[in-house]
Amino acid sequence: MNRHLISAADLSKQDALLILDTAEELARVADRPIKKLPTLRGRTVVNLFFEDSTRTRISFEAAAKRLSADVINFAVKGSSVAKGESLKDTALTLEAMGADAVVVRHSASGAPQRLAGWVRGSVINAGDGAHEHPTQALLDAFTIRRRFGRGGGEALDGLRVTIVGDVLHSRVARSNVWLLHLLGAEVTLVAPPTLVPVAMDDWPCSVSYDLDATLSKSDVIMMLRIQQERMNAAYFPSVREYSRRYGLDTARLRQLPEDAIVMHPGPMNRGVEIAAEVADSHRSTIVEQVANGVSVRMAVLYLLLGGLEAAQ
Amino acid sequence: MAHAARPAGGQPGTPGDSVTTPGLTGGPPATGPRAHPKTVLEAAEINRALTRIAHEIIERTRGAEQVVLLGIPTRGVPLAGRMAARITQVEGRPVPHGSLDITMYRDDLRLRPARRLGPTQVPAEGIDGKTVVLVDDVLYSGRTVRAALDALNDLGRPLAVQLAVLVDRGHRELPIRADYVGKNLPTSQQEVVRVLLSETDGEDAVLLEPVGAAARPSRGGTTGRRR
Repeated sequence: MNRHLISAADLSKQDALLILDTAEELARVADRPIKKLPTLRGRTVVNLFFEDSTRTRISFEAAAKRLSADVINFAVKGSSVAKGESLKDTALTLEAMGADAVVVRHSASGAPQRLAGWVRGSVINAGDGAHEHPTQALLDAFTIRRRFGRGGGEALDGLRVTIVGDVLHSRVARSNVWLLHLLGAEVTLVAPPTLVPVAMDDWPCSVSYDLDATLSKSDVIMMLRIQQERMNAAYFPSVREYSRRYGLDTARLRQLPEDAIVMHPGPMNRGVEIAAEVADSHRSTIVEQVANGVSVRMAVLYLLLGGLEAAQ
Repeated sequence: MAHAARPAGGQPGTPGDSVTTPGLTGGPPATGPRAHPKTVLEAAEINRALTRIAHEIIERTRGAEQVVLLGIPTRGVPLAGRMAARITQVEGRPVPHGSLDITMYRDDLRLRPARRLGPTQVPAEGIDGKTVVLVDDVLYSGRTVRAALDALNDLGRPLAVQLAVLVDRGHRELPIRADYVGKNLPTSQQEVVRVLLSETDGEDAVLLEPVGAAARPSRGGTTGRRR
């Protein structure tokens, strides 16, 4: 394992499986009367969130606390960042406070990478711009592996995963393409042509513009959120039209294979990319994904911080 | 079986040490080019020791009615399974057994890179009010057992906790002792005790070898120098 987790593309297959297997054991902690392990006692984890996030921050916080680490939440609003402090000065402040790990979310792609050069602790990318969100991909892979009844050490060979929606702005899609491919799944991206990135020749996946044609060939269908906040141009005529062509409704759900599952990284726009009945159906793993997120993040924190402090 | 072979002289570390030590089994020690692993328990002896421990557990716990056997991964788990099977044979009813991983409770986590976790599987009936028998292959410093006691604490409140080990090799660093011992094996800290079990290693044996031998591709669980 590297000292940092910046990108799913940096992981080896062995690393990825180690994280998933570790998460599998740590998931059992959630069923115990005392949901706490003493492993990271005395370690400090800083949540450094330059972008709004509820579930990811809370998930990391819960994970760190279950491992007995001390958690400092560094919210940008009300901090000196709002007063114009640079990322580097913020990093040096965290360094001086003795952060063993910095969980960072930033609107600029590459911010965690820069941060990793400035702090001694481990940097965990919790989403940077449209670049990557590796722990989300790991928890998705974990959820898929569990739902398809695959156990420890097993990868996702032979499973067909279709990722639908705003691929252009999605760090979740990017991380998932790399990780799911690494684990042996066959990934197809489906989006309107305007929401497909331009330079993606080296992405290990195929691209389609037609959702209906891919439904019957999908074991997993992952719906992405339409990220209105990042859209600075008209990528599709109207939300209604987008929803009609690329939304997952009950009619489309019926075209999926019998045991196919429906995923969404959240937060959902019900009625836009996913119909409410679909989100609440038994095929949907959306609630599981949240629970699994804590286990996977515990695994990442343990593997990065639990052992010997890496020399490099 | 209860009497341990005392290493002749007990000089630690000299390579010839294990050769001069009389092997209990009398069988020819498996020899490597430099290392001299010596078999201290063969399959039949391991079997007998486990059978004896099973009977002792039944005796000491009045029929093992409220007993839960928890093996410490890796090799404590199959040992716990075998003991449970033997108790079942004698008492004619199933004995709950499972596994208890102690990795997250170790006191030396920061001395080595993060370790892979072992499985923790507590039987459905839980451990509250039961007599938990912890099962491990080798008792050495006692730190593993200390960690196991902490782990148990987070799982429930047993009526009593006992400890069963296949080999007690001495050199305790904590005030911990075993209730059931397969074999007391006085060792030098320069030596490594290697336990092989058919479930994990394809054969049953307990080997004693000088510490240098552990550098070879290892098979079997070892307890060697950790400090």
